[in-house]
Amino acid sequence: MEVGKKLWLIIFIKLFIMFAVFRLFFFPNFLNTNFDTDKQRGDHVIEQITNIK
Amino acid sequence: MENFDLALVDWSRAQFALTAMYHWIFVPLTLGTSFIIAIMMTIYVKTGEEIWKKITKFWLTLFGINFAIGVATGIILEFQFGTNWSNYSWFVGDIFGAPLAIEAILAFFLESTFIAVLFFGWGRVSKKFHLVSAWLVAIGSNLSALWILVANAWMQNPVGMTFNPDTARNEMTDFWEILLSPTAVNKFLHTISSAYTLSAVFVIGISAWFLLKNKRIIFAKKSMVVGAVFGLIGGLFMLMTGDESARQVFKDQPMKFAAMEGLYHGETNAPLVAIGVLQKSPTKQNPKMSDFAFKIEIPNMLSYMAALDANTFVPGINDLVYGNKDQNIESYYDKIVKGKIAVRALRDYKNAKEASDSKPAAEELTLFKKNYQYFGYGYYNDPHNLIPNVPLTFYSFHVMVGLGMHFIILFIIVLFFLFKKDIAKARWLNYIALWTIPLAYIAQQTGWMVAEFGRQPWVVQDLMPTLSAVSNIGHKSVVTTFVMFGIVFTVLLIAEIKIMLSQIVKELNIKED
Repeated sequence: MEVGKKLWLIIFIKLFIMFAVFRLFFFPNFLNTNFDTDKQRGDHVIEQITNIK
Repeated sequence: MENFDLALVDWSRAQFALTAMYHWIFVPLTLGTSFIIAIMMTIYVKTGEEIWKKITKFWLTLFGINFAIGVATGIILEFQFGTNWSNYSWFVGDIFGAPLAIEAILAFFLESTFIAVLFFGWGRVSKKFHLVSAWLVAIGSNLSALWILVANAWMQNPVGMTFNPDTARNEMTDFWEILLSPTAVNKFLHTISSAYTLSAVFVIGISAWFLLKNKRIIFAKKSMVVGAVFGLIGGLFMLMTGDESARQVFKDQPMKFAAMEGLYHGETNAPLVAIGVLQKSPTKQNPKMSDFAFKIEIPNMLSYMAALDANTFVPGINDLVYGNKDQNIESYYDKIVKGKIAVRALRDYKNAKEASDSKPAAEELTLFKKNYQYFGYGYYNDPHNLIPNVPLTFYSFHVMVGLGMHFIILFIIVLFFLFKKDIAKARWLNYIALWTIPLAYIAQQTGWMVAEFGRQPWVVQDLMPTLSAVSNIGHKSVVTTFVMFGIVFTVLLIAEIKIMLSQIVKELNIKED
């Protein structure tokens, strides 16, 4: 089952790149990283979405 | 609009589009071939004929390659929600949370459990249990698609929620209204039926290649029968649900409907442009206007498509932007004024509440609630920025519809040749079937382009424009990850094509019993 081995390898490499590289280093959760409480997150979003001229 | 980093918005959109389009290369084939395999396995279990076992195993291998390479490509989209689209994620969080949790717990669990039985169960479990597993994989994978499509439908037609001005989140008030909204039902049915059509084209196209090589004739013909019958049923269903979707778009997203047809001036007995070529025709009033350099029309058809009545008035882009008193259509100018009132009322409510001024807070809240339905319009000063890319939407729509009709006609002709003639000798037909495979993928992509480009500038219809949905981050990091995704997904796609081709060639060269 040569193709099976290839596919498992692709799956593991792909998941490693996605979770150990992309998720960890490039995709922090913006609101969770920058704010501690839901109140702060909500206040930030309200400030952002009401910032019009 | 001047408050927003448009480079960030554009790169975030490009990144999301890139990942979603690559993701959608893998998904439809999984949705449709899972059912085709279940049907083939059912025939094998019913008849006991060894050839059906071989047929099932071959298509299962191709399904497995596609599944293995495609699996988890959608996770990237969820990463982007948290990083690039945090305002949006927060704004819609409670609505998206429930469907996506159900997807993770129910559908994905069902799919991933039984997929193991399906792949490794040959000779290890009873034929009947193996068959049940095949059907459960098909049902599970399609249920996975249901929940994310419900979430997408909610963005196109937000229902069943109320906005909480204290937390800035939309909160679900009626789960069933969200799940069973006509937009969600049509989106799900139209998407899965189009996936069935793509899968049928895939099976027929590869079988046609076997016939062109004059190898595995019986194998190919039997595969084609299942593919063409499944495809014809799926294709007719796609036609029906597409028709229903058009009425839904007309009702809830009239600007998208007008853009799909390049219609600037509304009319009753509106004709449908069957074929048309657009050219830029800017006017003083509308600098982005496009008009037809050439078109072939079907009289009354657009009005009929909109509401099953040829006398229906179909608003054009100008009617929506400037309003039409005769037809009781409110202008975008008026909506912008109300939107700005809503946005400012939310800000003032928040300030008043923080200052513990309860009377002004209550007044601002009333004002906000009264105008909330126009909230998203408040970000704009020029209503022309609320018009989607008309040529892109028009051409995507017409390519999708044209190809959809081509697939249905192909299925009918293939069935005719399978049962009344010798399809192995009809080389022209086999060439068409083979080259229809890439067309099926183009149709999938253009279908999503109509849905997503056509609804711009909205990320949540009328409430949140794309430009206010992005996080406050630098656009250079988005450019970096855009390039990285482009490389990873391209490598995955090349791997998929190479591995699939090697398996197809391997099967082709097996001597027929």
